Amino acid sequence: MTFQTFLIKYGEIAIKGKNRYMFEDALVRQIRFALRNTEGTFRVHKCQGRIYVDCDGYYDYDETVESLKKVFGIVGICPVVRTEVKEFEELKKDVVAYMDEAYPDKNLTFKVESRRAKKTYPVNSMEMNCDLGEAILDAFPEMRVDVHNPDVLLNVEVREEVYIYSHIIPGPGGMPIGTNGSAMLLLSGGIDSPVAGYMVAKRGVGLEAVYFHAPPYTSERAKQKVVDLAKKVAAYTGPIRLHVVNFTDIQLYIYDKCPHDELTIIMRRYMMRIAETIAKENGCLGLITGESIGQVASQTMQSLLVTNEVCTLPVYRPLIGFDKQEIVEISEKIDTYETSILPYEDCCTIFVAKHPVTRPKLDVIKRSETRLSEDIDRLVQEALDTTEVIDVEA
Amino acid sequence: MEVYLDNSATTKAFDEVGDLVRKVMCEDYGNPSSLHRKGMEAEQYVRSARETFAKILKVQEKEIFFTSGGTESDNLALIGTARAYKRRGNHLITTAIEHPAILNTMRYLEDEEGFRVTYLPVDQYGRVKLSALREALCKETILVSIMYVNNEVGSVQPVKEAGGIVKAYNREIIFHSDAVQGFGKYRIFPKREGIDLLTVSSHKIHGPKGMGALYISDKVKIRPIVFGGEQQKNIRSGTENVPGIAGFALAAKMVYSDLEEKTARMRKLKERFIEGIRQVDHVSVHGLPDETSAPHIVSVGIAGIRSEVLLHTLEEKGIYVSSGSACSSNHPGISGVLKGIGVEREYLDATLRFSLSEFTTEEEIDYTLKTLYNCIPMLRRYRRR
Repeated sequence: MTFQTFLIKYGEIAIKGKNRYMFEDALVRQIRFALRNTEGTFRVHKCQGRIYVDCDGYYDYDETVESLKKVFGIVGICPVVRTEVKEFEELKKDVVAYMDEAYPDKNLTFKVESRRAKKTYPVNSMEMNCDLGEAILDAFPEMRVDVHNPDVLLNVEVREEVYIYSHIIPGPGGMPIGTNGSAMLLLSGGIDSPVAGYMVAKRGVGLEAVYFHAPPYTSERAKQKVVDLAKKVAAYTGPIRLHVVNFTDIQLYIYDKCPHDELTIIMRRYMMRIAETIAKENGCLGLITGESIGQVASQTMQSLLVTNEVCTLPVYRPLIGFDKQEIVEISEKIDTYETSILPYEDCCTIFVAKHPVTRPKLDVIKRSETRLSEDIDRLVQEALDTTEVIDVEA
Repeated sequence: MEVYLDNSATTKAFDEVGDLVRKVMCEDYGNPSSLHRKGMEAEQYVRSARETFAKILKVQEKEIFFTSGGTESDNLALIGTARAYKRRGNHLITTAIEHPAILNTMRYLEDEEGFRVTYLPVDQYGRVKLSALREALCKETILVSIMYVNNEVGSVQPVKEAGGIVKAYNREIIFHSDAVQGFGKYRIFPKREGIDLLTVSSHKIHGPKGMGALYISDKVKIRPIVFGGEQQKNIRSGTENVPGIAGFALAAKMVYSDLEEKTARMRKLKERFIEGIRQVDHVSVHGLPDETSAPHIVSVGIAGIRSEVLLHTLEEKGIYVSSGSACSSNHPGISGVLKGIGVEREYLDATLRFSLSEFTTEEEIDYTLKTLYNCIPMLRRYRRR
């Protein structure tokens, strides 16, 4: 069966009152962007409170659906058979043909829901419901009507053209990117951070990302892995600006000056400080991390308190209550898992102590940090000045 | 300064090879199987390449078969012979320090085709123990495969002696040698070393990638492992990679001209490098540093620095090397070969392989040493504790 249009259903946007058009426009923009590399010519437009994607001419159905399934804000995607407005007898034939092709197994219940937006059409919607239902029953005696709980809800809408549809492919939900400002994701190359980025982005938040690179301790391939992850996430979020910070000198300086079991926690504090500076410079309204309580030493409640203390921006931790397995499941769904588990060392693990502090005390850590006072500001400034920016697009 | 010391991973193609490959691709692009003149032209390249290899190896032209590289040659040699001779017995012998193209193929034959495989141990210098070979040979043995030069530590295997032992035990046993690292560094004459099957690869000798050959003695039956248009006497179907074959043959010709002079120069540079690196404390040169080792491979353990970290540090300075062996570098972990030769723990995860080519210069070696002297102390200061 060939579909010429997709009707896009969106949920939450509908309740946004006077801002509604903003959300709709953002959704239209995101859909256009998502389809820019899909084979076919698409016309995305708003019409009477709905969004349609018209695809006249050749297009790849499966790729199109896959692309649309990645647009936040879409709740459902209905593939539509679109025909010109014809005599009612002809329309009946089209509808019967649709049902025949769409449901090879005829043992089902259905309900016809007609809409006559084009008021000049001679048959009204009540009549259409009855007559189309009758035509279907005549053609396929195994089918039965159930108006309360049908297996198939067949929509027939007469507008400038006729729209026939019954399938709803679930979308990702959420809100369109760009409706909620942007945030800075601390992207490590592990399993968690891409998922965290995905989850916040789903609420309409645009993403930027920061990665801490520590050559020669972390390799170019580790960096490439992070770019690849950003690319996977960008399939949902649109382009991501990735800030690559060279963290080696800071790390070695902390190594030289501070107690070894505090290395990771102090390092995390500097990562947060740097991420926040870059976030503010780029107009981001918050930081995002993949932290989950208790997962590792630097993610205990005490550690989170100590790292959090350096930030003034809100830090969003969407995975905070998730178990590893739940995170893995999402990462598999968004296709970042395979990349995440590539075995390249990241900068958090290279010098990690055998027994890092798990219950750091803020005042102790702050006292340790005073040992860095001589050079740390200069090193942080250098790291900021030499940050490499990579624009990543899916 | 850019210093490429990863020639055991792959080499820069000779310019002449590049030119020839382009010409064959874009001008003499016929299919050797075509009946017309274009096909004849292409066939000439294949014939003359076969002639080149036959001359270098002192074998017959009909005994040369072209493949997609060392890995395919190894697969064809092992699987093809094992299947052809399985009625005679089901026992295969190889060494513990072979390239994964051998080890994983052997494992496949064990797991999927019911063969029994003996993996021979090596001595502390990375040479197969011939006593173990003698003990392993049995009535059921149909195939022995021993590499020519080990790719990780450069140890040269006693192939000729092994061939003698195998043939003395039973002339019917097929003897294969993977000479990917030996070809182009040694004059190898299979018929004089009891070798029935010999694997060679193009991109290790300044030829194109995706190109290799297998010498198959005409006394050996072999079953094909790929099926198709019955090219190359149905041993290796598929339209011949004519540009690759032509480029490979030219590269072989070029490496073998003045071979002794070139390998002597490489060896001198290798010795210079070993002498230089020994100035550093807590350094171990694996395998034998003397003349019995390959002229182009140096495996060095530098205690206290993870090999990958040192590798990236050198990379920053324009020096390209491998950690362990490039082929196994995708799977971080400890090299089986280094363990096999009993390398001490502190060097296991701290070993780099420097591999030279005929293009390597003294200046490059000195620059590399100087760089190592500079960065080793700094890197040793920061370690996991």
